[in-house]
Amino acid sequence: MNGVLRNIIRFIFFILLQVYILDNVPALHRFIIPVIYFLFILWLPFSISRFWLLVIGFLTGLSYDYFTVTPGLHAAACVLIAYFRPFIVNILIPKDTSEFNYSEPSAKAMGWAPYAVYVFALSLLHHGYLLLLEWLEVGNFLDFLIKVVATTAISVLLIFTAEILFPRRLKYRTNTAY
Amino acid sequence: MRNVFLFIRRYITFISFVLLQILALSMLFRYNKYHRAVFFGKANEITGYINSKYDNVDDYFHLKEENSRIHKMNDSLLNLLPGNFIKVDTGSHLITDTVGFDTLHMVRKYLAKEAKVVSNSINSQKNYFQINRGSNQGIKDNMAVFNSDGSVVGQIVGVSENFSQAMSLLHVQSTVSAMMKKSRNNGKIEWDGQSPLYLTLRNIPKSDSVVRGDTVLTGINSYNYPPGWMIGTVAEIVEDKSTNFYVLRVKPSANFQNLQQVFVIENLQREEQVVLDKTTQKKVDELNKRKQ
Repeated sequence: MNGVLRNIIRFIFFILLQVYILDNVPALHRFIIPVIYFLFILWLPFSISRFWLLVIGFLTGLSYDYFTVTPGLHAAACVLIAYFRPFIVNILIPKDTSEFNYSEPSAKAMGWAPYAVYVFALSLLHHGYLLLLEWLEVGNFLDFLIKVVATTAISVLLIFTAEILFPRRLKYRTNTAY
Repeated sequence: MRNVFLFIRRYITFISFVLLQILALSMLFRYNKYHRAVFFGKANEITGYINSKYDNVDDYFHLKEENSRIHKMNDSLLNLLPGNFIKVDTGSHLITDTVGFDTLHMVRKYLAKEAKVVSNSINSQKNYFQINRGSNQGIKDNMAVFNSDGSVVGQIVGVSENFSQAMSLLHVQSTVSAMMKKSRNNGKIEWDGQSPLYLTLRNIPKSDSVVRGDTVLTGINSYNYPPGWMIGTVAEIVEDKSTNFYVLRVKPSANFQNLQQVFVIENLQREEQVVLDKTTQKKVDELNKRKQ
């Protein structure tokens, strides 16, 4: 399957999943809100340029925003994680690229521990920024912290579940001399 | 120009990140009621804070205008005080009817004019100050001068066309009729020529229970000063066992050092009162002569 088409389908899938399933799940607790749509940004190929990553991040957030009627809120958070993604990836993937020839971030490509760090760091960034914008104040700091951590935890849990349940057929890069 | 492009190319990611963030946040604040409200609330708070700081500085430049405006306003209000008017008894001509006409014919007794101090001294034994109103503006001798708080500062002793000279309370020859606010006992205010911070009040009998801090007002035994205006407060009660009268050190409520805006108050019936006084004296003298 063409990589672009595959990502477009994935984009639609994640947004619809988030809007029509996860957002309709009765809340377990006011702190625990399952959010997974940003996994789309996490799964974008390594080869994508930073600029396009930002644009796609913005569009992803904005698309979701139009469903939740909060224009700009998730877009800002998604742009933030899209901006930081390459930095975190650069830290976590092996420098010796001859052995590294996977096209997208995944547990198999990066190893479980680095992948977990990658997912956790970006989720934390996303939720922290999102909540900050949503409340526009830290307010009760403990509440803020608990909510960010709880939301991040449930997101990481969902992402790993997805990782285990739906193993992706990983495409190898044709040009290993990247 | 080339460098600008190089710069943009080098930091394209960061610049686009910032631009997209700005776009997202502007949407957030534009389209969401809560965020809009909070944003404008915060913005208002900040701009309000800056505006008020600026205003504080700006006010300083309008102080002079504002001050003279307020002083003029005070002057016009001062002339409306009921204390300026006296009742003329028209009772003997009055037939009371069932229709309640207002028959209180008030006649103006005191008239205030505003003026500005142009020169002032406090350091000599005989202190005078000059004001920028003279005979052309209707200033005459013996008018009372009050500062903008309504405290006595002196009386006019010399008039030229456009300026007049006033004798300050800080003048060894100045004598002003005064009374205690509590007991209405009359005395007179003088100055011993020593400290410009204290005046001396004499002739208050020791039967009066004076304590420190009592208010001293202008008294009724004066043709120049309207009664009941502030002079100062009792600062010290000096023991004088030889007489039955107190010697009171009074702290004037007017600050003589920075006199600026003053009111000149005219007793419109002064002439009549003085003439009456003189004719009475004359009659008494004649009576005495006849007795002899």
